[in-house]
Amino acid sequence: MASYNEILTQVYSVLAPFTKDEQPLTEETALVADLGLDSIQVMRLLLEIEDYFDISIPVNILPDVRTIGDLVGQLEKLVNKG
Amino acid sequence: MTLFDKFKGLEAARVALREAGIDPFNLTLDRIFSATEAEIRGRRTILAGTNNYLGLTFDPDCIEASVTAVREQGTGTTGSRMANGTFAGHVALEREFAEFYGQRGAIVFSTGYIANLAMLSTLAGPDDTILLDADSHASIYDGCRLGGAKVVRFRHNDTHDLEKRLRRLGQDASTTLVVVEGIYSMLGDVAPLAEIAAIKKRYGACLLVDEAHSLGILGKTGRGLSEEVGVEADVDFIVGTFSKSLGATGGYCVSNHPELDAIRYAGRPYIFTASPSPSVIASTRKALQVLRTRPELRTRLWDNARTVYSRLSELGFTLGPQVSPVVAVRLADKSQAFAAWKQLLEQGIYVNLILPPAAPEGGALLRCSLSAAHTLEQLDRITDAFATLQTALATHTA
Repeated sequence: MASYNEILTQVYSVLAPFTKDEQPLTEETALVADLGLDSIQVMRLLLEIEDYFDISIPVNILPDVRTIGDLVGQLEKLVNKG
Repeated sequence: MTLFDKFKGLEAARVALREAGIDPFNLTLDRIFSATEAEIRGRRTILAGTNNYLGLTFDPDCIEASVTAVREQGTGTTGSRMANGTFAGHVALEREFAEFYGQRGAIVFSTGYIANLAMLSTLAGPDDTILLDADSHASIYDGCRLGGAKVVRFRHNDTHDLEKRLRRLGQDASTTLVVVEGIYSMLGDVAPLAEIAAIKKRYGACLLVDEAHSLGILGKTGRGLSEEVGVEADVDFIVGTFSKSLGATGGYCVSNHPELDAIRYAGRPYIFTASPSPSVIASTRKALQVLRTRPELRTRLWDNARTVYSRLSELGFTLGPQVSPVVAVRLADKSQAFAAWKQLLEQGIYVNLILPPAAPEGGALLRCSLSAAHTLEQLDRITDAFATLQTALATHTA
């Protein structure tokens, strides 16, 4: 089991290499609009998160993920389901 | 805000291409001379990016069969397979595919895209999971979306990652369809299918293999990668297309599962589209016969592939990981790739320009596909044209 905040902390650390100029990250930061991630970077990011939590993130949830907070919310469900 | 705002980025890219004088994604072949030559922008051009692997588009027997069918059965079926669109030829071709593969049944679809759309969307619904190679073709991704299954990707050709994800699925592995391709269309690399088949068996999942780029190319009798590595008994569904080695348009699926027939009643992409025209069915039946009886075409195709792969490799280009009829030249970025593509075309050589995100692992590709119909002289011209690029690109090939 992992809490929302634990997952959020982990997502911040995985995201760090994807950000430019020490851009501050918050739950409202949008992955594509704010961080400028392209589809290949999003894919890489998800692979790292999947390995860290030992989960598979279904492609289907991606349309519902805009911000870091959205992603963490989805991860919370996936992590605590298993 | 308007409906069209989302196209602004695309339009800007199109304008930039127009300003460059040519749009590589909207090219017209003005006259077709043969399986390997056409007139493009007023120049006689060697076609080295058409997936016409066995060169059968101009096979005299295939043409004759097609012409006879038009005369005898008309230009189209004007109907769905479920209604008036199943002619004797469609049924005969299905029988011939099943017999060729030694499988219980076969279904013919209107295109290869529709074959994947129908099979994936109907086999796996909202309660099921599809576990697909991340580099799968768009038709596979679209089929997944249409059916509403849970979709999970595994790293391209990574059997360790596949197994890890099947393990994570737990009991749901038994309602999971694993989807891979025989030869991947962009880099020409081959799936580690023996290991994949063993893993899917261990977890009790089903396996669908898209042999679009491997039919007529791999396997002792040309049935594809599943035959080549001896795992046909463990592959639940084989999907393929008429539009590459068979030189027409259409798709098929073969399987030993009796449930394959359910697709005819439940698969929307099978039901809600017109069936292939009689001429297409006739040329495809003949092409399948040619594929089976003229293995020398496969030999020649591989000879041609090896020739081009080794020459381009000697020239210092970075290529896909293994020799195959798809020879992909990796370039560092879009603008270099576009300039090189244009330069090849100006020398009368057509290859495919592949830009991100279609190009795997970022970067850009000049994708050649070889044909059994390419002559040695044409291969020389293709590789000579690449040689002229080398100086300009030297700094961009790692």
